[in-house]
Amino acid sequence: MARLALKGLEKRYGAATVVKDVSLDVADGEFIVVLGPSGCGKTTTLRMVAGFVVPTAGAIHIGERDVTRLPPWKRDTGLVFQSYALFPHLSVAENVAFGLEMRKMPKSDIGPKVEEALRLVRLGGYGERYPRQLSGGQQQRVALARALAIHPDVLLLDEPLSNLDAKLREEVRVEIRELQRKLELTTVMVTHDQDEALVMADRLVVMADGEVKQIGDQRALYERPENLFVAGFVGRSNIVIGRVDAPGRFVSDGGLGITCACAQAGPGCLTLRPERLTLGDGNGSANSFQGTVEFVSYLGAAIDVHVRLSESDRVVVALPNKPGVPTPNIGAQVTVSWPVEAGLVFPEASN
Amino acid sequence: MIGGTRSVTGYLVKGAAAVSLGFILMPLVFVVWLAFFRQEIPTFPPAGYSLRWFAAAAANPTFVNAFVTSLQIAVAATVIGLLLGVPAALAVARHRFFARETINTLLLLPLVVPGIVLGTAIYVSHVEAEILAYGVGLEVPIIGSLGGLVAAHVLIVIPWTVRLVTATLAGANRTIEEAAQNLGAGPFTTFWRITLPTIRPGIVAATLFGFVTSFGNLEMSLFLVGPGRTTLPIAILQYLEWKLDPTVAAVSVVQISIIAVAMLITDRYVKLARVV
Repeated sequence: MARLALKGLEKRYGAATVVKDVSLDVADGEFIVVLGPSGCGKTTTLRMVAGFVVPTAGAIHIGERDVTRLPPWKRDTGLVFQSYALFPHLSVAENVAFGLEMRKMPKSDIGPKVEEALRLVRLGGYGERYPRQLSGGQQQRVALARALAIHPDVLLLDEPLSNLDAKLREEVRVEIRELQRKLELTTVMVTHDQDEALVMADRLVVMADGEVKQIGDQRALYERPENLFVAGFVGRSNIVIGRVDAPGRFVSDGGLGITCACAQAGPGCLTLRPERLTLGDGNGSANSFQGTVEFVSYLGAAIDVHVRLSESDRVVVALPNKPGVPTPNIGAQVTVSWPVEAGLVFPEASN
Repeated sequence: MIGGTRSVTGYLVKGAAAVSLGFILMPLVFVVWLAFFRQEIPTFPPAGYSLRWFAAAAANPTFVNAFVTSLQIAVAATVIGLLLGVPAALAVARHRFFARETINTLLLLPLVVPGIVLGTAIYVSHVEAEILAYGVGLEVPIIGSLGGLVAAHVLIVIPWTVRLVTATLAGANRTIEEAAQNLGAGPFTTFWRITLPTIRPGIVAATLFGFVTSFGNLEMSLFLVGPGRTTLPIAILQYLEWKLDPTVAAVSVVQISIIAVAMLITDRYVKLARVV
């Protein structure tokens, strides 16, 4: 186990820069999730840490060691591939033993280590089977056991759950996280699934267009997004386009005059979390607007009510599904309210 | 009704398959049958059956020597063809480099050039090479030498090794090689422990097809054999110029059996239907 530090990491392919100036410090035993849409450079970053991609600039340190120029087989990272990448011609036990053999561990020690790693992922007794005889979830756990068996300095997970079905995914998330805590493994996981990221991470790194957009824990990203991308990507946000007229006053393109904590005048976007909006006059909330219900969807824990506030402004209000909270019908006239601090303004154009 | 049409189609397909199979097997069946005829002149119906032609073939030194020569050449050409073809297939399938497509096509070319043309061309180049060598004071026998014959056979083995190994490489998962490297295996260990076992079906099939191609080659070899050295197909042809007794049929049965046994053994290890 060790610290992992990325310093100004960059990767260019010809004129295209796929990773720009990524710096990150991962503490010993910390679980970092790199979250971003596909093509944002997150997998390239992970592959640079594993040694499969040579960075154009920057440095990678694992513990005290500068590994930037080391080939993959000389770094102690354990990578779990999206496709699992199990060796099809080797049994489960031989798959797990492979890394130990490469470390020249005596044969008599390998057997118990393999058993231990397989027990850890609840696959004790499966050693004799071949990968093709296992289900997707079991193969995924073999891949994990294979990476854990070598006691890597850093555990790297490349979308490890994306090939599992939804139900299994939720179980394995928790399982991996508990295992990582127990073994105090420094871990970097890459995913595009924000639920997964939020459940598993100690801290998250949000990436887009090859850049780090924000680093922080779940609460920081959700409550205090630093830019419009993070506000839109982590959780759901209503985005109202308009401009800041005067300090504290945002006017939407549809003509709504909104009170908010904004200072800098100019065009921008106001974001509102759906669950921070309420229906009804909101007991003197700073912002109350009349609108027409256009769409209602029942999601179980919450009910989404889409309300048109002006010709160009429509917001989603997430009502908690509790007794005594009436659900409006489509076409109903309602009042949508929210407090000043619910609105965050970013001086960027929305796309 | 639908079931009815389907079964009619089924019978048609099966019938067509049976006709094709019969068409392919017919010459083989007749050759094998003929090998056991008792009389010297092949006439139908046979006057009786005997194994005398197998004894005659075994007692004929030309056939025995030609058989040994063919075996030597086929084994040598297959081994050398694999040593050259497997790395070539890896390079073509795995790396981007200048004129990659052209090189890939060149590697398959010996397959499309008619054997007669190939034989003539190689013969001429052997003559030129010997003249050149003589010019610089070297007296190297190339024309009609065993080495020259093996080299020519390597040429017709290579397209098979390259093609079949490339095909298995295309289906192979490259991330398992990365997984091996991530676990601490260097490039050589990764190739030996991971890549090679996954392309084994292709290599086995390439060995078989390379061997069969070389062992059965007639047209090209005609130009390249030297005095006192013939391959089995050529020995059969020469024998047929003088005689038409079932000895050649018996020799063919031996040849067919060897190839059939090779295929059966191969199929035990690698299901041929999956690679070819």
